[in-house]
Amino acid sequence: MTSIERAPGPLTPPSEEVVAPGHEAAATHGIAPRSILNSPYALIAPLAIVMLIFFVGPLILTLIVSFWNYTQYSIEPAFTTVNYYDVFYGCVARLPDLCVTFATYLSTLKFCLIVWAITLILGFVLAWFIVFEIKTVSTQIVLFLICTIPFWTSNVIRMIAWIPLLGRNGLINDTLMGLGLTSEPIEWLLYSDFSVILAFVHLYTMFMMVPIVNSMLRIDKEIIEAARDAGAGTLTIALLVIAPLCRPGIVIGSIFVVTIVMGDFLTIGVMGGQQIASVGKVIQTQLNFLQIPIAAANAVVLLGAVLVIIWGMTRLVDVRREL
Amino acid sequence: MRGANLELVDVSKRYGDTVAVTGIDLKIPAGSYCCLLGPSGCGKTTTLRMIAGHETASGGDIILGDRNVTLLPPAQRGTAMMFQSYALFPHMSVVDNVAFALRVRNVPKAKRREEAMERLALVEMTQYANRKPAELSGGQQQRVALARALVTDPQILLLDEPLSALDPTLRLRMRTELKRLQKDLNITFIHVTHSQDEALALSDMVVLMNAGRIEQIGTPREVFDEPATPFVARFIGAHNILAVGGREYSLRSDRISLTAPEDGRIKATVASVEYQGHFVLVRLDGGETDLSAIVPEAAIVARPVAPGDVVGAQWRDEDATPFSRTAA
Repeated sequence: MTSIERAPGPLTPPSEEVVAPGHEAAATHGIAPRSILNSPYALIAPLAIVMLIFFVGPLILTLIVSFWNYTQYSIEPAFTTVNYYDVFYGCVARLPDLCVTFATYLSTLKFCLIVWAITLILGFVLAWFIVFEIKTVSTQIVLFLICTIPFWTSNVIRMIAWIPLLGRNGLINDTLMGLGLTSEPIEWLLYSDFSVILAFVHLYTMFMMVPIVNSMLRIDKEIIEAARDAGAGTLTIALLVIAPLCRPGIVIGSIFVVTIVMGDFLTIGVMGGQQIASVGKVIQTQLNFLQIPIAAANAVVLLGAVLVIIWGMTRLVDVRREL
Repeated sequence: MRGANLELVDVSKRYGDTVAVTGIDLKIPAGSYCCLLGPSGCGKTTTLRMIAGHETASGGDIILGDRNVTLLPPAQRGTAMMFQSYALFPHMSVVDNVAFALRVRNVPKAKRREEAMERLALVEMTQYANRKPAELSGGQQQRVALARALVTDPQILLLDEPLSALDPTLRLRMRTELKRLQKDLNITFIHVTHSQDEALALSDMVVLMNAGRIEQIGTPREVFDEPATPFVARFIGAHNILAVGGREYSLRSDRISLTAPEDGRIKATVASVEYQGHFVLVRLDGGETDLSAIVPEAAIVARPVAPGDVVGAQWRDEDATPFSRTAA
């Protein structure tokens, strides 16, 4: 009898009860491996260890370093709040004018909010289409796979691919001018807020859609018919019935999108033509100049801001549910 | 106007090349309890869903009262449906579930709550008004679903296999209650079921369907006493099908009495004897015709039989009813 055969599944009774009396001696003389597989802690241990070393560890390190001192050529262990002071330098004194930090956060928050709203609506509608409008599972799977096509190539290439399309001499501008609809190239198509948002939406709608699909799949389709039977239109059903039932999916998708956009420097950099400020970009620049402690302080502030947003979002959804 | 007659005229439903139902002609008078009865896949649920407006008929008309409702959305028909899975909104309390249709119609909050509580009282569920559906038993969920369907004062209540998910004891109780509710409200109930017991016990009108068509429409007694086709006789059960002189007849199993071999119309060997409590089910192997006889307990005590015995089977001429139609 091997230990694998005797490892009980989650719903089967412990193996002792299954083993016939005659085999009991053999079973109790069996050695340790059984107890390891029996323990749920053992099962989560590998992931827990990875998370501790590669996530919690660096996080704590960042927090510690954010209190260190630095000069132009050195970084010294210390306990000083000067980095945090520098992050918010002049922010209170100069109100109502915005200091650099506040302006940067505001700009990042603006992108975050717009991208969140667009991906939420797109993700919800697409998820609805795949889950409720498509009747056959095979078609659902095919459509789902089509949604993953953008992920077959790297993040950067996906962004760069927009340039020949949106640029001054890009496909869209050429076409519009060729048709005589505009006399000169439209400038805001590339290296603008528009192109940044476009790239974000392109990249992250999937992250919003997948958890929502997952939530929607659990909804009994008769519920929609029941709502329709009661006289509800599609929008009412979406807002009063489906959205509340997709709450976990919406919250998870929102957390994905918000955390990614808040911390982004790459997309805003490439699609914004390195002209648009973002919190991530500030941190990146400071790192380039080896100002690691203030970069760490900025990162901690950003982390706090993101956590507050996530907390607020879960509250918000909760409130919606109570209405 | 509470009640309205429902009429289906040559209604059919096709999915691509597959025909789900066809040639459905049916008149259901206001205030009747009608059961759509048949085996699974016979088209009874499709028919119900077309009446409800959750499926669009591919052909024919559905007339409710003096309105042709064939193409109207569900909520504008004056029907309400109770779903097989109950389909309660899991995130809403019982009272909000019931009030949902009124909320959609922009009825003020106090008014819709009052209406909802009234319907909950009808199904004796007021004390659970603030619970969530997940906190209720299956039977209680069903009562809520019933209250929810009734909140818009429908002229016709459509019930899709309402009792199939309940355990046998509860099923009998709910059955009685459905009938009482239908009498009290005096509206039409259309009830889809595959259980002949349910249909016979509840209906004023049984519509027996098979393979997308109606086999027979009648009162429970008509359907039971004079099955129109061999299919009906077989589906209702407790019937024998006899072939005499090229015609087929139905013969109720309880009209067969067992006699001495020489006294019966036919001689048969007892194949099995099943004790059922009030009666005993005896299967007979009569060579060409196999029969099943429902014998009262007293008769079996007076004249015991055992498998392998040779007995006679006797019945009266008038008990053998010719089928009015041959198999479709």
